[in-house]
Amino acid sequence: MTVISPSAVSVESEETGPASLPFLRRMLKHHMVCAGGGLVLFLAALALAAPVLTGLGYLQDPMQQLADGLDADGLPIPPGDRFLLGTDQLGRDVLARLVHGTRISLLVGIVAMLIAVCVGVTVGMLAGFHGGWVNTLLMRGTDVMLAIPGLLLAIAFAGLMDGRVIRIHFESLDWHVLDITLKRGLISVFLVIGLVSWTWIARTIRSQVLILKTREFVTSSRAIGCSDIRIMVRHLLPNILPLTIVLGSLATANTVLLDAGLSYLGVGVPPPAPSWGTMIAEGQPYFIVSPHLTMAPGLFIVTAVVGFNLLGQGLQEVLDPYVKEGQGR
Amino acid sequence: MLSRILRRLGWAAVILWGTTVITFLIVHAVPADPVRVYAGANADAETIERIRTEMGFDDPLIVQYGRYIGNLLRGDLGTSLVTGERVLDALLAKFPVTLSLALTAVCLWMLMSVPLGVLTAKYRGRAIDRAVLIVSLVAISLPVFWLARMLQYYLAYRTGLFPVAGWAGWTHIILPAATLALVITGYYARLVHTNMVEVLNADYVRVARAKGIPEYAVLFKHGLRNAVIPVITVLGLDMAALMGGVVFTENVFALPGLGVLALQSVFNLDVPMIMGVVLFSAAMVVCANIVVDFVYMWIDPRVEGM
Repeated sequence: MTVISPSAVSVESEETGPASLPFLRRMLKHHMVCAGGGLVLFLAALALAAPVLTGLGYLQDPMQQLADGLDADGLPIPPGDRFLLGTDQLGRDVLARLVHGTRISLLVGIVAMLIAVCVGVTVGMLAGFHGGWVNTLLMRGTDVMLAIPGLLLAIAFAGLMDGRVIRIHFESLDWHVLDITLKRGLISVFLVIGLVSWTWIARTIRSQVLILKTREFVTSSRAIGCSDIRIMVRHLLPNILPLTIVLGSLATANTVLLDAGLSYLGVGVPPPAPSWGTMIAEGQPYFIVSPHLTMAPGLFIVTAVVGFNLLGQGLQEVLDPYVKEGQGR
Repeated sequence: MLSRILRRLGWAAVILWGTTVITFLIVHAVPADPVRVYAGANADAETIERIRTEMGFDDPLIVQYGRYIGNLLRGDLGTSLVTGERVLDALLAKFPVTLSLALTAVCLWMLMSVPLGVLTAKYRGRAIDRAVLIVSLVAISLPVFWLARMLQYYLAYRTGLFPVAGWAGWTHIILPAATLALVITGYYARLVHTNMVEVLNADYVRVARAKGIPEYAVLFKHGLRNAVIPVITVLGLDMAALMGGVVFTENVFALPGLGVLALQSVFNLDVPMIMGVVLFSAAMVVCANIVVDFVYMWIDPRVEGM
């Protein structure tokens, strides 16, 4: 699980045609954006269509243990005509589980990315814009988070929050409203992954805000009496939006990988939900007789992550989101 | 120089203190009940309460934290709730495995990515450049645990080139380290490539070529030395991510290191052990960053202070 600091991935820009070309056409002419976007859209379409496909009978039910799902020896059936990707150790259709698993993986990946982006942009913007003690406090905090291996933090967090009740209440007040049950499930996985992946987003955003805030439009908005919050939201945010999109896309590649990793280790979305990582973990004891149980989910994970990585790197080249030091006066 | 070292150490202390706060909050704010684990499944409510009081789990959080820090400063990380072993002893026993795995992985990926980066920068835009770009993009997208399983089966089990799993000497480290290195190499090759392309366009490289210095010397002596500096910085930042990868490879290859220990203690709700592992890994990351910092100064003597 590598965290990719985006500043390092900058591939030198290729010719993207004359600047007058409309933005959308420029995007469509870019191979990486097309390929990545295509993969992501394909998976998203699969995720959305999964229940319909099952309803119409094109896909099996992902939870159903089929009567003909195991062979005479009780072993999983290899890929073939009857089951396109074979069946798993309980006689469930692997293709159906993978397609339904797309729903979980993309949902976790995207929601966790949104959490990470929200936290990262807020922290980065506040630290970059305010400077002083706000900057020191936030950035030192970020440095501490960077020093703790994210995966360790995530498994500690995820493993510990299994089905416990958190009570934010004071002895004298009887506020049961504030009791929160944290069951290991979608919500906890969103939180865990989101809260360990925001650090490099915050750092990148901060360095950009540091450059942007010396620009004239910031000085002039302050001169006409804009509040700090207004400057940040109305003037700085639109300027870092392209960067945020690029960072978000690259972050999704990491959150999808992290989700698969946590499920694999047994601290992700709990079974029987068809999560890709869980499928690999459950299938690997059968690797020698039924390698498809491990191969197929792996290929789905790789497809999704390659998709988001391609999209992110492609967008990085097309949008060219990094503000240069000397640009503008 | 001395002031720089002192500042660096002070900084490391601050980071580690921050780590204790964060891990303590996570472990205690999410009230998984470690006492119940310690007391066992058949303990009655009275016993549980007695143990809770004895072990100080019902004190206010701040008191517990103060006690933890006090013990920590005396070098005591507590004892495991499950095995009764001292946490520090357990960590030190597992540490050599993880350290050798991480070091071998770093060496392997630097050895692979630097030549690849230089090569693709030299032949920029040609077929080899494209091929490396595509392969590395797929490689960084591979789940480590999946790749580890594949390599373990095809390279170790089927062909017998490497030991399949377990820990009995340095040959057991190669395949796990190679797994980690394969995933990351492409990314570093790209990093070296990008910096190298920039450096090769610089005036001093043109001068070097004009003087008739052989091409290999231009590339490796004049070019690489400057191109590798930003790579070193990123290496420091990636140490934490490497520790994450270690958890997966250790689990797949059954190496008795910190990663396996971390996972076990999470499943056992062994709170002192969880805190110990996280803190210890953070300390490893901080130390690695200090080393990286000095390598950086050695390669680029112009760098002064932070």
